[in-house]
Amino acid sequence: MFKLFKNFHRKDVGLIIVCILLIIFQVWLDLKLPDYMSEVTVLVQTEGSKISDILVQGSYMLVCALGSLISAIIVGYLASLISATFSKNIRKKVFEKVQSFGMEEIKLFSTSSLITRSTNDITNIQMFISMGLQMMIKAPIVAVWAVLKILNKSWEWSALTGVAVLVLIGTVVLLMVTVLPKFKIVQKLIDNINGLTRENLTGIRVIRAFNAEKYQEAKFEKGNMILTNTQLFNQKMMSIMAPVMYLIMNLLTLGIYFIGANLIHQALLADKIGLFSDMVVFVSYAIQVIMSFLMLAMIFIMYPRAAVSAERINEVIYTKVKVLDGEGRENCKVKGKVEFKHVSFKYPDSDEYLLKDISFTANMGEVVAFIGSTGSGKSTLINLVPRFYDVTDGEVLVDDVNVKDYTLEELHDKLGYVPQKAVMFNGSIHYNVSYGKNGKKKITDEKVKEAIRVAQAEEFVLKMSDQYNHNISQGGINVSGGQKQRLAIARAIARDPEIYIFDDSFSALDYKTDYLLRSKLKEYTKNATSLIVAQRIGTIMNADKIIVLDAGICVGMGTHQELLKSCSVYQEIAYSQLSKEELEHE
Amino acid sequence: MNSEEKKVNSKPHMAGPRGRGGAGEKPKNLKSALRKMIKYLHRFVPLIVIALVLSSLSSVFSIIGPNKLSDLTDKISKGLVINERNLKLVSQGISNKLEEKRIQKISKDIICIDLNSEVVREILLSDDISHDDKMKFQEVMNTINDQNMISQITSLPKAIQRIVFKDSSYQGKIISKDDQIKYLSLIAQIKDEKEAVKTVHHIPSSIQDIFLPTFTVQKKKITTSDQLQFLEMMSKVEDFENPTKIYKELDRLPQSIYDLIKPNMDFQYIKGLSLVLLILYLIGASFNFIQGFIMAIVSNHFAQELRTKISIKINRLPLKYFDQNSYGDILSRVTNDVDTIGFSMYQSLGSLVGAITLFIGSIIMMFGTNWIMAVTAILSSLLGFILMFVILGKSQKYFMARQVELGKLNGHIEEIYSSHHVVKAYNGERESSLKFDELNDRVYECNRKSQFLSGLMQPIMAFIGNFSYVAVCIVGALLVINNHITFGVIVAFMIYVRLFTTPLSQIAQGMTQLQTTAAASERVFEFLEEGEMEEESHLTKVLTNQEAKGNIEFSHVKFGYNEDKIVIKDFNCKVKKGQKIAIVGPTGAGKTTMVNLLMKFYNINSGDIKIDGISIKELTRENVHQLFVMVLQDTWLFNGTIRDNIKYNQEEVSDRDIWKALRTVGVDHFVKTLPNDLDYEITDNDSISVGQKQLLTIARGMIENAPFLILDEATSSVDTRTEELVQKAMDKLTEGKTSFIIAHRLSTIKNADIILVMKEGNIIEQGSHSELIKKKGFYADLYNSQFES
Repeated sequence: MFKLFKNFHRKDVGLIIVCILLIIFQVWLDLKLPDYMSEVTVLVQTEGSKISDILVQGSYMLVCALGSLISAIIVGYLASLISATFSKNIRKKVFEKVQSFGMEEIKLFSTSSLITRSTNDITNIQMFISMGLQMMIKAPIVAVWAVLKILNKSWEWSALTGVAVLVLIGTVVLLMVTVLPKFKIVQKLIDNINGLTRENLTGIRVIRAFNAEKYQEAKFEKGNMILTNTQLFNQKMMSIMAPVMYLIMNLLTLGIYFIGANLIHQALLADKIGLFSDMVVFVSYAIQVIMSFLMLAMIFIMYPRAAVSAERINEVIYTKVKVLDGEGRENCKVKGKVEFKHVSFKYPDSDEYLLKDISFTANMGEVVAFIGSTGSGKSTLINLVPRFYDVTDGEVLVDDVNVKDYTLEELHDKLGYVPQKAVMFNGSIHYNVSYGKNGKKKITDEKVKEAIRVAQAEEFVLKMSDQYNHNISQGGINVSGGQKQRLAIARAIARDPEIYIFDDSFSALDYKTDYLLRSKLKEYTKNATSLIVAQRIGTIMNADKIIVLDAGICVGMGTHQELLKSCSVYQEIAYSQLSKEELEHE
Repeated sequence: MNSEEKKVNSKPHMAGPRGRGGAGEKPKNLKSALRKMIKYLHRFVPLIVIALVLSSLSSVFSIIGPNKLSDLTDKISKGLVINERNLKLVSQGISNKLEEKRIQKISKDIICIDLNSEVVREILLSDDISHDDKMKFQEVMNTINDQNMISQITSLPKAIQRIVFKDSSYQGKIISKDDQIKYLSLIAQIKDEKEAVKTVHHIPSSIQDIFLPTFTVQKKKITTSDQLQFLEMMSKVEDFENPTKIYKELDRLPQSIYDLIKPNMDFQYIKGLSLVLLILYLIGASFNFIQGFIMAIVSNHFAQELRTKISIKINRLPLKYFDQNSYGDILSRVTNDVDTIGFSMYQSLGSLVGAITLFIGSIIMMFGTNWIMAVTAILSSLLGFILMFVILGKSQKYFMARQVELGKLNGHIEEIYSSHHVVKAYNGERESSLKFDELNDRVYECNRKSQFLSGLMQPIMAFIGNFSYVAVCIVGALLVINNHITFGVIVAFMIYVRLFTTPLSQIAQGMTQLQTTAAASERVFEFLEEGEMEEESHLTKVLTNQEAKGNIEFSHVKFGYNEDKIVIKDFNCKVKKGQKIAIVGPTGAGKTTMVNLLMKFYNINSGDIKIDGISIKELTRENVHQLFVMVLQDTWLFNGTIRDNIKYNQEEVSDRDIWKALRTVGVDHFVKTLPNDLDYEITDNDSISVGQKQLLTIARGMIENAPFLILDEATSSVDTRTEELVQKAMDKLTEGKTSFIIAHRLSTIKNADIILVMKEGNIIEQGSHSELIKKKGFYADLYNSQFES
């Protein structure tokens, strides 16, 4: 938590100090109030007091109250400023950090965890600061100050207040010990219920086909029951809290009065009035003490959750990014050349190499394809080109320059990458296709239209209500998988890159579209190099060079015909997809 | 809720990290939502009523409390005032005895002077007496008479006096002549009453006893010395204006008098009152606790019931509903909305009723106690309340805006993170940063404002409290001075003011919460009241798996997802036992429509589908489902063991059957490599590949023995070797079954007995492979395209 607080700016720290001073002032006024209150009480009590005296003391009291109000407003303003600014800055910091992450870091945290860290966790922290900041400063000050004011009155009263505070702390601790662990479980149970419902929804057809409705309902009911019971336990326990708090305060007041009656009874006549007004004032101080301890207890309840969130945020902020910008190379004589020199790759925390000693060259205008079973390292291999990961051994050269020597921006400017799972942004089709920057001029409308045409997307785009301006919702749920893939390809085309990278980007297309797209693309990308990962033999048959991977090792390199003859892995793949006649049908 | 006051008053809660619904969300129709809510709650009504009654009662107690407390204060403050009546009695009693007549009378009685001739002679002859004294004596003797006797005697020289005076006795007490002499000399100096009081002290005690005999006031004996002390003390007090000084002197009074005049605190009564208060507080607290306890039970069980209802409802809704509504929406109803309902029932309902009772009750009590004070209290807090409501409205607005902006920001974050690689590869970071900054700024603004405004509430409330306090004190003091009310009333009002101001913010809060709840419940009830699939209990025909042969006939089937958009116009087809029907077509052509119709997920508009001559309209859905094995492309495995996933809801499946199925599909080796093999828990994020998952799904289908099969064979994301395995498994599955296959493989398509070619929802061509190729239509086109690369 404190590590996170280091992110407060100097200006914020200044504001916090101002806050502290104002809160001290406010507490001083708040504690001064009962004094005037007691003056008023005594005056009202004593026969023959003049109304004007009461008015004077009353107006002092009001001045105190008003001062306290004003400083509270200022503190409230500053606190909201501080906490909002802090959360804004932290959120920005986390966001920028995540953006600078490479695949490795993303994988380390997992995307969904990063999202929670940037949203929920920061909201938690902000809540804690906005509620806790004032309390954290105020509670101890009030507690100490009020205790000091109380101490030199009667020890009986002080002892009683002490007991009340102990009971209060005891209750809170008891509740925290019993309930807090269960609160954490509740979250898991809710997730479980969520999961079960999601399961019901995603599997609805299967469930019905198996007539398994009752089975699912029983399963859900079990989770539901556990959730309900746990939550019920928590709430039952928590319903002790409020009545006990009330009871403590009421009984404390009553106790102080009762002891007071005794004290007054025994006291000399001369001390009686003083004792009486002391008693009235003491009650209000005692309540202040109780309140401040209650505030402290609240902070302790809030703290663990905020601390967990802070820790999670820190983990992101203080992660070292491995893939960093190189020095930068602006002008390269060679264009569209990709070369792998004895490249090996493994994840840093694993012993197993995912790629071993891969070497090949792709020259301008060539199509190089990669094929192999799942886990053979195809995607990993092409992910090394845009430096999603860095090689463990060997080097990857683009235009005869090691990719590590470019700045990431320069490197990416050369590439047109189409991922396995097409990604759509919330925005128009035009926005999606012209996405990003390519270091050249802004992508024109013409270019966008052309790219869409080449990617075989024109047909459905024109059918849409707003055509190029048709809005695609987040995650592209309003377009089909095949349409998404075509738009993603169009996005790469619109960039006009030197090197295309297709990571199994044709899988959701039917044969016909796949074929049409590839033939148009081939024509269009004559001057660009293409690296294609594919599952279907049909997609890559015509590549200039096919590289067959098996468990991270290159087991064959050559054209379709060459490999059919020489490479057994390739043959196996080919025969599983097409019958012999079909393969020779050509 | 960052007010300490509220922290205590509202039941503390710890919301889950997901937070609670949208802040300040408004229902479309509050009344009907509430009415429905009550309808759904009917089972809990008695409990709720009890809870609400308890809540009201505990509020009533917290109103009575201050009243009793003010009585207590009154009693205690009575202990501050001395008993003036007794004081008067004492001082009167003493001063009565010092009246001049009494003094003179007593003087006469106690003085014994002997002036007979023998005494006179003795004086005159005495050698001890000077000539002058003798002269003086004779002078006195000449002038003496009854009236001036005492004064004359006292003027005599001491030596002579000693002879003249004789010991006397008064009421049996002997008074020595010396005492008499001293007394007389003192008496002579007395000029006024005040001096008399002072003089009394110097009088010899024998005479003092006579003057100030012990007397009793209220059965208390006040001895002579006590009286003397009292007189001495009183004589010292010069400044009667200063009460503290008087009180200080009073403390030194002799015990007998002090006991009489000391403030009388009715300790018995105070004890009784304290006991009553104690009981009152305890009962109030326990009522409050029971109320919370009951509401916890009610709200949780209600939430449980709603969740169960939703879960059951999901299974009763037609598939159409799910095609039109997103999962996320339904999910959020199950968790967020139900959570909101349960939580606010627990949190607000009880406290809302309690707060309203408190509010109304404290107004009644205030007016009942003293209307002037009541008006003062209400007027003095009125301005604050108006201010409060204005702020509340404003902050609500910003809270809602915050929710919206935060949603947008989180959406952006989610989008960018999940597209991280594309953002990077396309150098989109700067753009997304700019957008982020813009959204972040807006969230910041709303955050700041909403937080500031809502933070204002508590200090303003505190100020209102203090302001009303002073107002009540001043007006109260005026009334006390004019003897309209006692001090206890002011104390009571100090508390009434607090009681009266706190529930208002609670009421305001409760109202917004109620709205949010209503909005949430509206969504939940809307879902629960969605039209269900039609009732089928009247269908009595049964076709068991044993009886079924495996023939299916489509005759004049007409179907559309909407009435006005018919996708299948007039479909006719006869499928015989064991035939293989391939359904082909580009993505989005509506291949799942066939599945939907066969499985009776959707009802056909007209025409008929007959299974072994029985129309599926006459069979229950359950019966139809039982006849089919269905394996879909999107593998569906749930979090649970492999055994549970394969066995699923089918009873009497032994581990041997499961292993057999796994072996047939070819994943038995794989399963054996997993820790705990069949007991291995499948979770969302584990290393089982898509292909393996698909194989497990097929194994599940293997276990189910049915005459018909529906199979979706798309395997795009599976590597070639696994694909081969999957294909083999699928082929095994089709053995001896009438199968409908959504086909992607050429081998399947070519071997199919009937191929249904679909495009844009319609079945456009139908026939065997060779027939369709000959036709040179859409199918031929589609088929040939893959060889033209």
